[in-house]
Amino acid sequence: MIAQIPDAILCGILIGLVYSLAATGLTIIWGVMGIINFAHGDLLMLGMFAAFWLNLWPGMDPLFSAPLAAMGVGVLALIMYRFIVRRIVGASLLVTLLCTFGLAIAIRGAAQFLWGPNYRMVSNSWFHDSTTLWILHLSMPKFIAGVISGFIALAVYFLIKKTRTGQAIQAISMDKEEAMLRGINADRLYALTFGIGGVCAGVAGALISKFHPVSPHGGAMFVLISFACGALGGFGSIKGAFLAGIIVGVAQALGGFLISPAFEYALIFMLYIIVVLIKPKGLFGW
Amino acid sequence: MVRKNIFWVLLLAVGIFLPLGVQDTFFRHVMFMAVLFIILGEAWNLVGGYLGYVSFGHAIFFGIGAYVPTILYRDFGLNPWIGMFLGACLAVGAAFVIAYPSFRLDLRGHYFAIATLAFAEIVAIAFDNWDYVGAARGILIPLKEDSLLFLQFKDKLPFYYIAFAYMVLTIFLVGWLLRTKVGYYLQGIRENEEAAQSAGVNTSRYKHLAFYISAFLVAPVGTLFAHYNLYFDPAMVFHFMISTQMVLVALLGGVGTIGGPVVGSIILITFSEYSRAWLGGGGRGLDIIFFGLLLVAITIYQPGGFMSILLRFAPKVAQDESHHA
Repeated sequence: MIAQIPDAILCGILIGLVYSLAATGLTIIWGVMGIINFAHGDLLMLGMFAAFWLNLWPGMDPLFSAPLAAMGVGVLALIMYRFIVRRIVGASLLVTLLCTFGLAIAIRGAAQFLWGPNYRMVSNSWFHDSTTLWILHLSMPKFIAGVISGFIALAVYFLIKKTRTGQAIQAISMDKEEAMLRGINADRLYALTFGIGGVCAGVAGALISKFHPVSPHGGAMFVLISFACGALGGFGSIKGAFLAGIIVGVAQALGGFLISPAFEYALIFMLYIIVVLIKPKGLFGW
Repeated sequence: MVRKNIFWVLLLAVGIFLPLGVQDTFFRHVMFMAVLFIILGEAWNLVGGYLGYVSFGHAIFFGIGAYVPTILYRDFGLNPWIGMFLGACLAVGAAFVIAYPSFRLDLRGHYFAIATLAFAEIVAIAFDNWDYVGAARGILIPLKEDSLLFLQFKDKLPFYYIAFAYMVLTIFLVGWLLRTKVGYYLQGIRENEEAAQSAGVNTSRYKHLAFYISAFLVAPVGTLFAHYNLYFDPAMVFHFMISTQMVLVALLGGVGTIGGPVVGSIILITFSEYSRAWLGGGGRGLDIIFFGLLLVAITIYQPGGFMSILLRFAPKVAQDESHHA
């Protein structure tokens, strides 16, 4: 029993990295646009389905369909921004929540309409064995999913922090009017931000599909987890979301292992409440 | 007097006589559900609309209201009316567990919303795995003869009128509360908490008060819902959808107005129940798509809710009234 604890921790870290990526997408949208995107989990679900179908027909591993899923979901996010989300930037908390919630269940309903409510598994994965590293048992699908998610989250971090475009995005999140006076096109950057959020969700979804059943309602739990990670890290902080994702992943894996798998999601929310009791604005919140 | 309150007089008349005139069982079901959600919306509005603290955890109180009387009746033979009251008291206890740390630490906005959501998810998962209360299998209410005493009827009408009476009571209570200083304090806190505090309002006390009243009002609705169905499981009463529907009802009609949840619930419940009945067959989810798109359309074109459309056609007096409310 004790000997398996390091395995559980490792597994938690790897899943946590995928959560980090999903939460990163959610948190930049919040930080820049002030919108909590309820549809995030359902965009993630679309990423899962993209991976599933591409696995079924050309037989692609989710690892390779992830970029395609990212593109598809990213484009959908841009369309959503152009026609809907754009109109609610700056609206009240309730309006933004309700609007994205409507989008979420419309996407969920559409997925159910097209593909039915059943659970499916990605069966034809290229990497399915596990290797043993000293005392650790490493499951290859989780390892690959975790590492890639981590890299993409890092890439988003550098995109926002280091590039000119990223600095422009930071500028509009700090003071929209002032930034616009300096010639920054806020509308286009909002679209870009929402698109990046969609890409994060799409990639995370494709990678999760390697070890999580795919169904139209599969996104609901992930949006709650992403909320918890985002709030845990402090909304708007990519660093915070990244760290929170790993913490949540480890807590879930350890809790599921030591207590009962039935309570692993309850533990995530308990963890959130405990952290918020200590730091009301999250780990890196302001 | 009548002219000023035309909306309420109309509501009362329609609410009392319409279900008598229409024999269709499904229609009566829809009316019953609409009345339940009017109460839920009004109760939620007290916290989410007037106080300005968006709660996504109100399903907890609804679920407690469903479980407590049922368990007490099943195991101790306690009358469900007493159980209903005890359930409401326990809901206030649960509200304390949520409100005390949240308000103490001054959680606001999104952080408060997500904290309530986290509490609700924990409770839902706990009930899903708690064998004594039936876990995920749910719980059956022991069947009785038709009786007001045990809150069981074969027909839908008695349920409807009980719920309707409770709705009238709730609306009066909320309306009265808003006319007292408490109502002004709550709205003051919503507009600017620091300013309210420095003006001498004990903000913490009124935040707690609003939350407890809201929880107390929600729980009996859970009891009615449970006895109406005679069966429920955690997914029916603790689901995130229940919490969101309360929010939607208030928002659809207009947050922070007494009439809002009424209009919102009638539109939302009619739409969702009938679209489910007509389009929802075969598990295809068409009804969900339309429901989602309706929400999107409303937030984009009418963020003030349907009340803002109605008010445009309302007589001038009523308009002034609503601005004060």
